[in-house]
Amino acid sequence: MSQTRAAPRSTVPLAADIAVRTRDVSKHYGTVEALRNLSLDFPRGQLTSLLGPSGCGKTTLLKIIAGLIPATSGQIEVSGKTVTGPGPDRAFVFQDFALLPWASVLRNVAFGLELRGVARSEREAIAEKYIRDVGLAGFETSYPHQLSGGMRQRVGLARALSVNAEVLLMDEPFSAVDEQTRRKFQEDLLALVANENKTFIFVTHSIEEAVYVSDQIAILLPRPSRVSEVIRPTGIRDKGADNIRRDPEYLDIVDRIWASLRSYVE
Amino acid sequence: MTIFGFRLPGMSSLLLWGLVWEIVGRLGITFFVPPLSAVFATLFEIIGTPAFLKALSETAYAFGVGVTAAIAIGVPTGILMGRSRLLDELLLPWVNIFLSAPLTALVPVLMVLFGFGMTSIIITTALFAIWIIILNARAGVMQINRSLVEMARCFGASPLAAFTKIYFWSALPEILSGVRIGVIRAVKGVIIGQLLISIVGFGALFELYSANFLMTHFWAVLIVLFAMAFSISELLAYLERRVSYYAAKR
Ligand SMILES: Nc1ncnc2c1ncn2[C@@H]1O[C@H](COP(=O)(O)OP(=O)(O)O)[C@@H](O)[C@H]1O
Ligand SMILES: [Mg+2]
Repeated sequence: MSQTRAAPRSTVPLAADIAVRTRDVSKHYGTVEALRNLSLDFPRGQLTSLLGPSGCGKTTLLKIIAGLIPATSGQIEVSGKTVTGPGPDRAFVFQDFALLPWASVLRNVAFGLELRGVARSEREAIAEKYIRDVGLAGFETSYPHQLSGGMRQRVGLARALSVNAEVLLMDEPFSAVDEQTRRKFQEDLLALVANENKTFIFVTHSIEEAVYVSDQIAILLPRPSRVSEVIRPTGIRDKGADNIRRDPEYLDIVDRIWASLRSYVE
Repeated sequence: MTIFGFRLPGMSSLLLWGLVWEIVGRLGITFFVPPLSAVFATLFEIIGTPAFLKALSETAYAFGVGVTAAIAIGVPTGILMGRSRLLDELLLPWVNIFLSAPLTALVPVLMVLFGFGMTSIIITTALFAIWIIILNARAGVMQINRSLVEMARCFGASPLAAFTKIYFWSALPEILSGVRIGVIRAVKGVIIGQLLISIVGFGALFELYSANFLMTHFWAVLIVLFAMAFSISELLAYLERRVSYYAAKR
């Protein structure tokens, strides 16, 4: 995967270029108020991070957008269509990978297409392409338990890519892999955002990770759960993957986010 | 097990008990225990006879149909119970009652309902097997990885696809161990059915031999029955180990 961006992306999205829009979304789990009147726009073709301390409702918001759980009130639109359940326009990358332990890498990657009724030869051809793209060529017949955590997440990523959804929802996808693998993943993710014309919604609790990969960072705070701030680290986006972490603006933004989050960490 | 540094093959204790049996038999303490060698001699004598083959086929038929029905009904029921809270609340008390109930006492009721024929025997067999199959399939589904279910929904799985592609395979190790225990119970069920309902199959042979004090014949048939039940259960245990291989990794 190329590690430089094709072109710097526009900094102010047009109204029509909003891929996912949430309007006054609230979610109660019994007496627990997980989200309150959350409104946020996710620009098309860009990566938006949801950043915040654990328990602030990041996963909840992501699952509501995925259509896996219903919002208590409010509305979610994907490309102008109101979300009522899961749909082919969205794909999910799971924190714990969610691979079928009894199926090979090839079948796992093709599983989304299998569920959509794509013929076997066709779906396996598509799966093989994405297995190569994520760097797992040669592991098609391996089983998940034979792979490292990082490789398993690549399988999960290839599965999400192979259904060719407009929106990719990623719930702390790198939290279960080691630090080196994680860095490589972050670089690959930058290339992916640049090369695939997809909208990424990326949940993380790592400030550095969010600033490194995001076009837009929504900082979520608990009690009550809300978007406290939206940061667009535009200046560092066209610096190239290798230079971002040395950039003064990168360090400034990391500090600024830490300043607003530190009061929520005991 | 090792004795004096020698590694003994599995089940060598059976040889010891066989020896004890032989000695007790030869001492002629009771007519009830003939020497093991005589039992085996009789076994080879009767094993090809029409009476034995008829008993075998009658028993195998009732057993096969009963077990198939127990699996075909029990596995989906268990999976559905594991998925639906409502169904679980409704059915679980009954499953638990029947699991521990003395089913033999129900056989006369079955005879009233279904007559004195094969149907009642098959239902008895299925009743002995089905409850543990349901409970295990249910337990298998309940320990399913939630994110696999979410993954399937996310990628647009229909309820049927989720059932056949996720729930069934996730629960397979538990389902197989339920089937294994169920099959062992079904052996009990089919013999009890044959003894109590209509005297056919191996039940008829047991009845005939014990009524005529043909103890070598009696034991020979019992050994055949044990051997068959044991082989089926070992085969299922083997399958179970094969699928547990991935189950341990999930
Ligand atoms: N299924 C659930 N039932 C009850 N409470 C839940 C459930 N899921 C999440 N919560 C609660 O909602 C809040 C937000 O959870 P979550 O979205 O998982 O946070 P995050 O992903 O940011 O760590 C937490 O307080 C959590 O305890
Ligand atoms: Mg979470």
